[in-house]
Amino acid sequence: MSGDPLGKGTLGTGDYPLAEKRPEVVAGRRGKGLDEVTVETIVDGSATIEDLRISPRALRQQAEVARAAGRTALAENFERAAELADVPQDVIMQTYELLRPGRAASRAAMVEAAQGLRDTYGAVRMAAFVEEAAEVYERRGLFRSRY
Amino acid sequence: MGANDLGGANRWRRFDDWDKRPLRLDNFAVEDPENGFSAIAGANDPGPSLSVENGRVTSMDGTTEDAFDMIDLFIARYHLDLTVAEEAMAIPSIDVARMLVDISVPREELVRLAHGMTPAKLAEVVAHLNAMEIAFAYSKMRARATPGNQAHVTNAKDDPLQLAADAATAVAFGFDEIETTMRVSRNAWSNALACCVGAAVGRSGVLFQCSSEEAEELQIGMAGFSSYAETVSVYGTEGSFIDGDDTPWSKAFLTAAYASRGIKMRCTSGAAAELLMGFHEAKSLLYLEARCLCMQRAMGAQGTQNGGIDGAPLAAAIPGGVRELMAENLLAVWLDLECASGNDARSSESEIRVGAKILPFLIAGSDLICSGFGSILKYDNSFNPSSFNGEEMEDYMVLQRDFEADGGLTPRGEDAVLDVRKRAVEAISAVMEELDLGAPDTAMKQSVVFASGSDDTDSYTPGQVSGISAAIKDREITVIDIIRALHARGFTEEAENLLFLVKLRVSGDYLQTSAVIRDGRVLSAINDPNRYGGPGSGYRLSAERRSEIAAIRGVLDKREVLRAEDAYKASEQRAVEYTTMGAATTGSDPDEVVIGISPAFGLQLFRTLAGHPLSRVLAELIAGIEAGGGHARVVRFGHTADTSFLGLSAARLSGSGVGIGLQAKGTAVIHQKDRLPHNNLELFSNAPITQLAHYRGLGENAARYAHGNDPEPVVVPTRGEALGARFHGRVALIYAIETSLTSDGAVPETIAVSFSEPASNRETGS
Repeated sequence: MSGDPLGKGTLGTGDYPLAEKRPEVVAGRRGKGLDEVTVETIVDGSATIEDLRISPRALRQQAEVARAAGRTALAENFERAAELADVPQDVIMQTYELLRPGRAASRAAMVEAAQGLRDTYGAVRMAAFVEEAAEVYERRGLFRSRY
Repeated sequence: MGANDLGGANRWRRFDDWDKRPLRLDNFAVEDPENGFSAIAGANDPGPSLSVENGRVTSMDGTTEDAFDMIDLFIARYHLDLTVAEEAMAIPSIDVARMLVDISVPREELVRLAHGMTPAKLAEVVAHLNAMEIAFAYSKMRARATPGNQAHVTNAKDDPLQLAADAATAVAFGFDEIETTMRVSRNAWSNALACCVGAAVGRSGVLFQCSSEEAEELQIGMAGFSSYAETVSVYGTEGSFIDGDDTPWSKAFLTAAYASRGIKMRCTSGAAAELLMGFHEAKSLLYLEARCLCMQRAMGAQGTQNGGIDGAPLAAAIPGGVRELMAENLLAVWLDLECASGNDARSSESEIRVGAKILPFLIAGSDLICSGFGSILKYDNSFNPSSFNGEEMEDYMVLQRDFEADGGLTPRGEDAVLDVRKRAVEAISAVMEELDLGAPDTAMKQSVVFASGSDDTDSYTPGQVSGISAAIKDREITVIDIIRALHARGFTEEAENLLFLVKLRVSGDYLQTSAVIRDGRVLSAINDPNRYGGPGSGYRLSAERRSEIAAIRGVLDKREVLRAEDAYKASEQRAVEYTTMGAATTGSDPDEVVIGISPAFGLQLFRTLAGHPLSRVLAELIAGIEAGGGHARVVRFGHTADTSFLGLSAARLSGSGVGIGLQAKGTAVIHQKDRLPHNNLELFSNAPITQLAHYRGLGENAARYAHGNDPEPVVVPTRGEALGARFHGRVALIYAIETSLTSDGAVPETIAVSFSEPASNRETGS
């Protein structure tokens, strides 16, 4: 096992853990490297909670590692997560709520939410996933009020 | 007891005895596949089948595509690897079962095949394995090599001081993960903050989760308090899924959402959840769990918590239910999921059933052996009592030592535990003060440091905690504020430890399968893969780890035994004086009974295993011999320390031909000179329960045998105590002290015994 198994600049299992083996490719949301986030920089305010959030890039990197380890489903989850990393928390919670059974009154509400994910955040995979859910929910009669 | 006590009951009384055992508190259910009470053979379990047309699943496990429910659809679309499916489904299930226990078939190959198998196929394969084969296959198939464990840290008052102290304690004992929940749900934020601070004491990298309502749990994670989640529940029937207020799509969305926040996540499923919820579809526990696990893998979750979680007690009520729990854990690791392998909710009141259930996982190892080991006392466990709890933690650590198996825990001494508890209470108090959340006083803090459980504390009440929790939430306090507060109050190490944990989410390394943190490093299925390939391979205890596990509390060695004996030396030297009168010769007094004492008797060893001073034992024997009309003579032997040979040697020197052998530990025998060594007249083999009155009776009987009488033997009553377990460690060490003083051909010596406190020594004990 080694890094870049496909010779395409992708990460492999040999690069893992990235924080240890490839620290130069690891950075927080505002580009700060791991060395720049210390108790001192937190105390002086130059590092904030934003610097402790995972970036879409880091999620795609972990997807590469997962795929190299033969874990396609996990890699796809990381790729969906990369799309959600920039989505605000309230939108995440609204979308989750809408996906719960009986919350959406019709397929249209879900299709609209999917469109929002696609247009506003470029979350193409996630949008398709929500649209697929809408189709399944219609088929299984989930657009019914539960409370 | 006589026949009159029967009271007319027409019943073997043993059943009354059995009725009183804790086991009889357990519920047991009749196997009833039509009503969902079946471990592996449900009335409606389908046989394995799969049809694929043009890269599309058209039927699966007997259901055609048009009749697929949400779960079937999700599995067909996201679990099944159609490049493998045809090959995998074609291999007879019994052959796959054999591959699972074949050390020459690599794990990777079996994982590849599993990804092409339907739920019914997976269930059919593991159903071929017996319990031992399941455990063996589990040990071969689990993803990460190094085993770990997870603790519950909760208390009945949601007291933040106790949560911090108990979290730090769990960290000290070696848990890799800590999970909390609340008695009062709105206390989630306070519990999270308290555990997060406590878990940063002592070492860095213990992952923490706050089991809460789905949306709130994610928010707590976003604030940086928690680092993983595992309550993303999945169910095996559509009806229970909807009643659980989710769908495969909503849960898959949540799975991605956790990853998008850099938070480790595993799903939860497990036998009998569907049965408890009333939507079992007359399908077996195993088949429904196979569906759950295929779904979890399909969602892209890195792992699962399964093996019967809340449903474990119900599963255990069904014939074969415990084997089924093992089988579903095997399915999880075979599918390449991290497995927190249940052994969580206590499934029996019988300690034997609990101990038996844990063993396969302890010796096979698991990513997290318990998905919730109660590190706190049972009544403080806000989930429910676990299989193992604070009460039984030492039992578990001794099991590790017995089987030389790494169960993830490390014994700790009293001082070390007290140190971390004090530190944690000071740290959380400092944080609360800095953030203006409270000002715990000394009495509150002291009560928590020494408390075994919340009954012992005089600290916060659940109502007071609600105010603290609301303040944390409303003021949007985050882990950044905690790190600053710790730093401001001089808790530098804890601030560093906490920051280390939150920084893990920047790289996301710990999002990979089966990740834990050891010695500041992420260890997962990628950089610590389980490559078991038979004896000598896979995870083995290092010499260092072995000695950690062995170092339980209260172990004996020769020095410890001698030190304990030395404590009695001075009082014995005051009570009795032994004067050597020269080589012992054969007596001629027909009333004489020789008491043959062992080499270390009264010289290095001073009391029997029952705790009687040797001077008093000797005094009772002499008094008994005199009461029986005999004359006692004491002889010390140096050629043997064995009771039988001491007794026979004494008898041969005795004028009457009857002698008593007496070891320092209190074992005593009456012998007669013409008998074979191990064919004695009377024997007290259970020294720990032999009382002074028994020794007196033995002396009296010896004198009566000397006079040719046939007295009623003295019987030392036992109530079935496991005397071997209680004493044999010490016995072996004591005996080694005795035998170290023996030498071949040593001449026996007559001893003049002079009691300086004769009055008290002649009192008989009982």
